Amino acid sequence: MGATRVKIAVCIKRVPVMDVRFRIGADGKSVDETGLKYDVNDFDLWAVEAALQLKEKTGAGEVAVFSLGPDAVQEQIRKALSMGADRGVQLKAASASADPLSIARALAAELEATQWDVIFFGKVAIDTADQSVGPMVAELLGLPCVSAISALEIANGRGTAKRELEGAQEIVEFPLPVVLTVDEGLNKERLPSLKGIMAAKKKPLEVKPAQLDAGTVSVAAMELPAERAAGRIIGEGAAAVPELVRLLQTEAKVL
Amino acid sequence: MATVFAFAEARGGELRKVALEAVTAARTLADETGGGEVHALLVGAPGIGGKAAALGAHGADVVHVCEHAGFEHANAEAGAALAAELLKRIGARAAVFPASASGRDLAPRVAAKLGVGVASDVVSVAAVGGAIHARHPSYTGKVITTLALTGTPAVIAIRPNVFTPRESARAGRVETVAPAVDPAASKVKVRETKAGSRAKLDLSEAPVIVSGGRGLKSAENFKLVEDLAAAFGNAAVGATRAVTDDGWRPHSDQIGQTGRVVSPELYVAVGISGAIQHLAGMRTSRTIVAINKDREAPIFKIADYGIVGDVFDIVPALTEAVRAARAHR
Ligand SMILES: Cc1cc2nc3c(=O)[nH]c(=O)nc-3n(C[C@H](O)[C@H](O)[C@H](O)COP(=O)(O)OP(=O)(O)OC[C@H]3O[C@@H](n4cnc5c(N)ncnc54)[C@H](O)[C@@H]3O)c2cc1C
Ligand SMILES: Nc1ncnc2c1ncn2[C@@H]1O[C@H](COP(=O)(O)O)[C@@H](O)[C@H]1O
Repeated sequence: MGATRVKIAVCIKRVPVMDVRFRIGADGKSVDETGLKYDVNDFDLWAVEAALQLKEKTGAGEVAVFSLGPDAVQEQIRKALSMGADRGVQLKAASASADPLSIARALAAELEATQWDVIFFGKVAIDTADQSVGPMVAELLGLPCVSAISALEIANGRGTAKRELEGAQEIVEFPLPVVLTVDEGLNKERLPSLKGIMAAKKKPLEVKPAQLDAGTVSVAAMELPAERAAGRIIGEGAAAVPELVRLLQTEAKVL
Repeated sequence: MATVFAFAEARGGELRKVALEAVTAARTLADETGGGEVHALLVGAPGIGGKAAALGAHGADVVHVCEHAGFEHANAEAGAALAAELLKRIGARAAVFPASASGRDLAPRVAAKLGVGVASDVVSVAAVGGAIHARHPSYTGKVITTLALTGTPAVIAIRPNVFTPRESARAGRVETVAPAVDPAASKVKVRETKAGSRAKLDLSEAPVIVSGGRGLKSAENFKLVEDLAAAFGNAAVGATRAVTDDGWRPHSDQIGQTGRVVSPELYVAVGISGAIQHLAGMRTSRTIVAINKDREAPIFKIADYGIVGDVFDIVPALTEAVRAARAHR
């Protein structure tokens, strides 16, 4: 990273708040948006937080947030600005694509113009659950990439990160510039302060058309998962244990 | 007849179960599309080639083996370059990766190199007309999306523990392949792979998961959960976010919306309320048992077998009973 000014990009996605029962739209391949509330994707909030902490540690620099989608995404960009990001860019598109490569190409086309030190992504967008856009942008820009990091240290143009594997951890070293995707556990995002919310209103938010191609992945169908049978309470206290064991052996056949 | 590729993930010189799952899924897809060949790719430090036979036994016609000291740890830069080059050379119709921590890192890079999209965390796959259809849970498991992949190859990453490894003896002819780029020159370097302190069986692979929540009251009391897991013999230990936030368990044990997503044969929820974000990670478990002192706890709505009461009475009794049941088998 340059002597003092660090340049950081964060890509954030507007996603529905998940504590609802979703309904499938009339076309059978979309989620009915009626009544849904939206927020910044959880993992992207941690990405914003990581960017802000890096800038604060370095002393000076810029945190720019990018979001691809309809005008409504400006609400999420403003939230990131109110947390402390410096400027925002909306890549305007009627909707995001089902192909993560199309999204990655559109983001890469915009990010390419600037020499970033770090480009942060969330590990996964919890609506489409592709877990792909970050590493794809890295490939398209020819940058090194560490995905799903849960600890991070950056100093003197190099960094170390931790990744959780199944039953193990990786300690990874990388040079800057780099693409990082953020897992839970890296940090807890700050809440926007009242002052931050006021300041965000005056921060620059640029709108540009997204260069979104059709891609090779589309949604063929969406459905609700099969409902589980209604729960059943089989008894109270330790006295119910023999019955539980019997059911696990004879009915569920897992013991 | 379509050639289907499978990435055979290895760690520490051993094949992972997800490698056999990937080969099994590739075999099924190849058979459904007219019986083409399955080509597996196995990379690792020198000696890894010795593990190729198991891939043949699960349906690989050819096992491409790349041995290099630079592949001792995961090396996504060089791994993706090699996989992409091989995929082009063999003209694969589809490429199956495990949606493991390493596979999820690799698959999108390979897809981007080849200019195609990717479907991640796939739970079923089928050829439909000219396209490959891949189903995967989305919206924290509350919506199942079927994606149509029209690119070649169709790159998919399959959810661990869903495609049960199945034997299907094939030649498993070993072909040595050189790295596409020097693995020692990767910009990102894994300095160390630390094996987990206690997890012998991983959450994504364990047939049984015993999970603890705040109802256990303290980190020490997780011993109850560990003892029950040990009694089952084939169980891993999971936790809620309340527990990982308090530092009773590492974040890697967390199950839920922002943690791990699991579908074991049996999930035992101990002192867990059943918040929607927790359910997002375990609701597809085959059988769910819940132990909670609050009859109104939401976990009971999805538990096949619920017991109302104090975990400190019930769990030790259950541990004894499970031990006895297994001893008599
Ligand atoms: C954006 C977001 C993401 C989240 N992601 C996750 C996630 O990935 N995973 C996750 O787990 N949570 C997640 N959460 C948190 C979630 O909302 C809940 O707070 C959490 O799951 C609660 O954990 P718990 O069940 O251990 O604790 P509690 O909700 O406090 O439940 C404890 C339960 O123990 C019972 N109990 C207490 N004492 C006893 C006893 N002696 N015997 C028997 N029962 C007893 C109580 O009746 C209670 O039901 C997330 C939240 C948000 C907002
Ligand atoms: N429409 C979008 N706009 C901006 N960033 C996005 C968008 N979609 C995905 N991302 C970024 O890519 C990450 C992974 O998304 P995904 O591959 O869809 O799971 C997200 O956490 C975001 O950081």
